[in-house]
Amino acid sequence: MTDIVINDLSKMYGGKRVLDCVAMHIADGEFIAVLGPSGCGKTTLLRLLAGFETPDEGTIQLGDRIVSSREANVPPEKRNIGIVFQNYALWPHMSVADNVGYALKIAGASSQERQQRSRDALAVVGMENLAERAPSDLSGGQRQRVALARCLAAKPSVMLLDEPLANLDVHLRAAMENEFVRFHRHTGATMVYITHDQSEAMALADRIAVIDRGRLVQFDRPRDLYREPQSEMVARFIGNGQVLTVQDVRPDAEAAIVSIFGKDHRVRARRSEQVRSSARLSVHTSAMRLAQPGEDGFAGKVERVIYRGNHSQVDFLVTAEPDLQLTLHAPADVAIPSDDTIQVCISDGWVIPAAA
Amino acid sequence: MPALLPKAEWVVLGLLVIFVAGLSFAPLLRLAITAIAPAGVIDLGHVAELLWKKKVLTASTNTLVVALVSTILAMVLGTIAAALTVLTDMRFKTAWVFAFVLPLMIPPQVTALAWVQAFSPSSPVLGLLGLSLHDGGRHPLYSPGGIILLLGFYHAPLVFLTVRAALRRLPAELVEAARAAGATSWPLIFTIILPLARAGLFAGAALAFVSSISNFGIQAMLGIPARYPTLITLIYQQMNSYGPSALADMAVLALLLSTLTIVGVAVSGWLGQRGDVRVDGIGRSLEIRLGRWRPVVEAASWLFIVLTMALPLSALVATSLVNGFGQELSWKTLTLVNYANALVHQASIRNAFLTSLLLTSVTVAILMVVSLFMAYFIVWKRGPLVRLLHLFSELAYALPGIILAVAMILFFLKPLPFLGFSIYGTVWIILAAYLSSFLALALRPVLGGFAQIDRAMEEAAQVAGAGFLARMHDVIIPLVAPAAVAGGVMVFMSALNEIQVSILLVSSNARTIGPMVVFLEEGGSSTLAAAVGCLMIVAVLILMLVATRFSRYLPKGVLPWQN
Repeated sequence: MTDIVINDLSKMYGGKRVLDCVAMHIADGEFIAVLGPSGCGKTTLLRLLAGFETPDEGTIQLGDRIVSSREANVPPEKRNIGIVFQNYALWPHMSVADNVGYALKIAGASSQERQQRSRDALAVVGMENLAERAPSDLSGGQRQRVALARCLAAKPSVMLLDEPLANLDVHLRAAMENEFVRFHRHTGATMVYITHDQSEAMALADRIAVIDRGRLVQFDRPRDLYREPQSEMVARFIGNGQVLTVQDVRPDAEAAIVSIFGKDHRVRARRSEQVRSSARLSVHTSAMRLAQPGEDGFAGKVERVIYRGNHSQVDFLVTAEPDLQLTLHAPADVAIPSDDTIQVCISDGWVIPAAA
Repeated sequence: MPALLPKAEWVVLGLLVIFVAGLSFAPLLRLAITAIAPAGVIDLGHVAELLWKKKVLTASTNTLVVALVSTILAMVLGTIAAALTVLTDMRFKTAWVFAFVLPLMIPPQVTALAWVQAFSPSSPVLGLLGLSLHDGGRHPLYSPGGIILLLGFYHAPLVFLTVRAALRRLPAELVEAARAAGATSWPLIFTIILPLARAGLFAGAALAFVSSISNFGIQAMLGIPARYPTLITLIYQQMNSYGPSALADMAVLALLLSTLTIVGVAVSGWLGQRGDVRVDGIGRSLEIRLGRWRPVVEAASWLFIVLTMALPLSALVATSLVNGFGQELSWKTLTLVNYANALVHQASIRNAFLTSLLLTSVTVAILMVVSLFMAYFIVWKRGPLVRLLHLFSELAYALPGIILAVAMILFFLKPLPFLGFSIYGTVWIILAAYLSSFLALALRPVLGGFAQIDRAMEEAAQVAGAGFLARMHDVIIPLVAPAAVAGGVMVFMSALNEIQVSILLVSSNARTIGPMVVFLEEGGSSTLAAAVGCLMIVAVLILMLVATRFSRYLPKGVLPWQN
């Protein structure tokens, strides 16, 4: 059983806190994505998990063993972890098979066992025919697969993946995403996947940890992150969310009635939501639409219309709050002139809980 | 540096600390203490009294004059050479660059000997050309002017290399922007290109200054007969006359010389960086068309090579092929007896060749290993201790070799603890000095090699379970080995014929080949000295050839003579 318990982990660089009291519990066999804008501290978290850095506060526990603390640090070579590096880090002076079998060689496996297991690992990623090639002869996607196989052959209890798709072409990414899912099912290893790309994280992970400026802001299933963001940052970061201010929050069963630009709407809210004079509301683009004739909406002035093929993206300024720009998707066949005034309906929203 | 290093890393780091502390830090510290506090208490009065002596004042002034003026000469020549080869459409650049940089590879004492023979009244070469200097009177090169001229020629390639590197880094857009603004070739060079290459120019100037101050070969070969003492020749002569009893006073002179060196480096660093104009980019090659001036420029540049290299070297060869100094070279006088003496009959010369070869090989082997590990810590682990190790290895290289020799004698004169004997007067003290002096030279290409490989290569091996030594052996060394070999080549070429470090350390039972030329020339065996000099040049040429042959395996740009 290798679950990962991270306790109040902090790391400073030159007086700056790059990780601040991060705590999470990752279950054995879970696929976790760590998501955040660049410079948020997610790579530091990976390096702490791997053992390349020591924490200034807090601990990391792998299984029942504390591997990182201020006092003692189990070195990376003794942690039984695997890493897939962003640039693959294949050793250029070794063949593909030697790369994959290196951890076994270090562990003192017999050469027969080594060959067998590296061939098996290469077979999992469909690369068994290229075992004798040099890494420099491979394409980007092939190198990525070799890096995965290298990780697999070592049978690590935890696999760390550091933006593994960042250096690949867009069309290769989709194929590799499938590869990762299959790979996770095959190995059952606990996987921690670092990325700044939310669609990647959404597609792959059981749960996503969103990190912002060194702090863990939310750790939830993709669906909950999207539908029930716990902070404005998450609401904006996930799925191009939009945030607006609403008045007069009145909890109502498992929802709440709020006043959006003077008109009452029923939106989702957490059960413990209190009566408040104002709150911030998370609204996704898909939850906004042009009002049907006769339907009651709020007014907006069209700023710009961008043709996107299957829909038109309409950017507009809210008439009641002229500094607020929102975006909705309109059917591509509806002509909307710029500077026109439109009526907008909101069909779904989520009251962002008041900050603790 | 991570707070907790695994054990193997601690052991290696500990060995590196012992290496640098024992061979660089402790001897230099001992030198400084001996200079300032010869009797155990700080005695600056004694220092001042010594420095105020007329002899020392004269030598200091001479040193400064010679170093400064020759540096200016080297800057002018090196910059012109770099501008011609990088910026213009001159033809046969590769050959010319090789010929221009070659003198740097020839030991300075041999260069000085060649020039002395080229301009001696009975010069075989001048004789062939139908010229001759009048007999009697002093040799024209036995003068401050002669020293300055030779030092300037000798160090011009140093400036050339740094300016060339700076010119090649110049972003082409800056030049194109100036052209678009209407600048034609010559204004372009003086208003845009050279100001932007200033950092390179002053880096070269610093090198030329330091090398001039510490160039024992030329200063001794010309300065001693000219009775024009400089600080290093003064130290050499005093040590020769008084032996180790003069050490305390020599320590003061060595400290003075170190101060001059460090001040020189600091001043040119400041001049180069003032109003920071560092630029970095991939320079596209700019070609200024010389047009109808091209043949003239080419002729002039080759004439320079003929005058500064071909002429003196052919004089050296001619001298080495005759029986007695002053004989004219002809079919009748042609003899190989000097070479036979050098290689076979004279045991002392033969042994000196072998000693140098052996010492150099051992030095290269040890330093390649040390530099691989040390570069690992310097580039990837950092930390104050590691920085200190780097600083002292650089200091031992930058300080004039003769200073290091004085420090070594001071440190190793007493019998070693536990072993009970002194290594002074044996080859071991020379080996110790070589290891100290050339560590930085071996280290530089390796540092570059480490900077070029992705740290993730090591980290990947680490998560695969490999400990420090396994990672070194399996992953890191195969990747940086070419850089270590390049460092080894540079050390080999520098150490094989060097004179500055070993001149004070050689004894009757431990001689290296570098100082041999000086001893032979001082002893009046000019023809034998010329033969030994020629053999040293041949050795250098063979090394260059071998290195060039394998250059595609070496990191780009480590062999200075390649264009």
